[in-house]
Amino acid sequence: MRAFSYARAEDASAAVRLAGASARARYLGGGTNLVDLMRETVEQPDALVDVTALPAAIEARSDGSILIGAGASNTAVAADLAVRTRFPALARAILAGASGQIRNMATVGGNILQRTRCTYFYDDASRCNKRAPGAGCDAIDGFNRIHAILGASPACVATHPSDMCVALAALDATVHLQGHGGSRTMRLVDLHRLPGGRPHVETELQRDELITAVELPALPFAAGSTYRKVRDRASYAFALVSVAAALDVGPDGTVRDVRLALGGVAHKPWRASIAEAALRGRPATADSFRDAADAELADAAGLRHNAFKIDLARRTVAATLEGLAGGDRT
Amino acid sequence: MRFTINGQAVEASVDLRTSLLDLLRDHLHLYGTKKGCNQGACGACTVLVDGNRINSCLALAVQYQDRAVTTVEGLAGEHGLHPLQQAFIEHDGFQCGYCTPGQLCSAIGMAAEAERGVPSAVTADLSAGPVVLDHDELRERMSGNLCRCGAYNGIVEAITQTLVTGAAE
Repeated sequence: MRAFSYARAEDASAAVRLAGASARARYLGGGTNLVDLMRETVEQPDALVDVTALPAAIEARSDGSILIGAGASNTAVAADLAVRTRFPALARAILAGASGQIRNMATVGGNILQRTRCTYFYDDASRCNKRAPGAGCDAIDGFNRIHAILGASPACVATHPSDMCVALAALDATVHLQGHGGSRTMRLVDLHRLPGGRPHVETELQRDELITAVELPALPFAAGSTYRKVRDRASYAFALVSVAAALDVGPDGTVRDVRLALGGVAHKPWRASIAEAALRGRPATADSFRDAADAELADAAGLRHNAFKIDLARRTVAATLEGLAGGDRT
Repeated sequence: MRFTINGQAVEASVDLRTSLLDLLRDHLHLYGTKKGCNQGACGACTVLVDGNRINSCLALAVQYQDRAVTTVEGLAGEHGLHPLQQAFIEHDGFQCGYCTPGQLCSAIGMAAEAERGVPSAVTADLSAGPVVLDHDELRERMSGNLCRCGAYNGIVEAITQTLVTGAAE
């Protein structure tokens, strides 16, 4: 691990100021990903700005929305009664990720900005365009079972590892940011980038821009939302495919509204807008769910070891929606 | 840097890169906490901070100044072993013992989480209510602690007997 300076920020403005004083500063939350990457020298910050003193409150507002301080631990969010009742998909996504110990350490801001678990990204004996731009990618022709099937590029096939972000993407979450130029908000689905030719640029954040909070807008039918994760072991493993979904079925049995996002399939949490559009106004039946999943996955492309994920994603989407529709299999 | 370890105030002059795990073992000579994977995958390094379980290998020591850190050395009381330690012996909750300090600290933190109603991935109803630590709940909540000897059945029995309300009799 390379040497670094350390400072603890008392508020967001101080954090941005402190980060601006160094060439390669990183914000430090729980450290569960950053410390590991620093030990592997994948991350080599010259300064750490500890942001764990920043607001961690979870504010359940009377209009049905919830504002979550970026410093809140993953455990605190999953345990919050308002989150559990208004947005169970978010609580379930967090609880499906990592271990109890890591959820106690990890913050909401850090979870959003965690980096891929592509093994070639971690291994500095391998070529990786994300770690060393222009070096090439050893995952594309390597062991790529866990890699992307949607939105990948010839430069990078890594996936975003977060479960939490998949629920946030489905639930139209907004991220509050503070930077050198002031504060702004951004939709979570716009925060992460697809790899294209610059996979080392992973977000739309500006230099030293800090996530201060995450806001979930009111969505009454999200009270029935859920998160389903498929992985190689029953607990404490990253997703092969995951689905966050909320479904609103009218009294006539047609889909009034739907929110759908996929994890484990792309460089960013994948909002399934094509499937959503295909479902609105259609009967809430297994056929409709399968058609919508097929439409979303129409452009999916498999690599040598991960082509199974395309069918897995289709089936997981359909099964999750069937579960929300009350097990209707007609 | 100033720390509070097992109720004792200690000072240590360490490099900023020092993890809480290396602080405990290399600088404070508390060898109970183990280094397994050193990347948050095995749980052998689990300690309690203000009662919450964390992986000390992923924790930079500098962030844990003036927090109450409890290691396996701090579990036993004046009158001998912590009841969970005794139960691990009685139920064969270990063979080689390397994961045991992490298992013990993790189980105590896990029981406190359940006590205050933190749900898990296998909790059927998230809407409210106390958590019942049945077999599935307990195994899911302890999944961050690996045991290469495979002493899981004994571990589950020891935790159930000691920390699950109403299961002691």
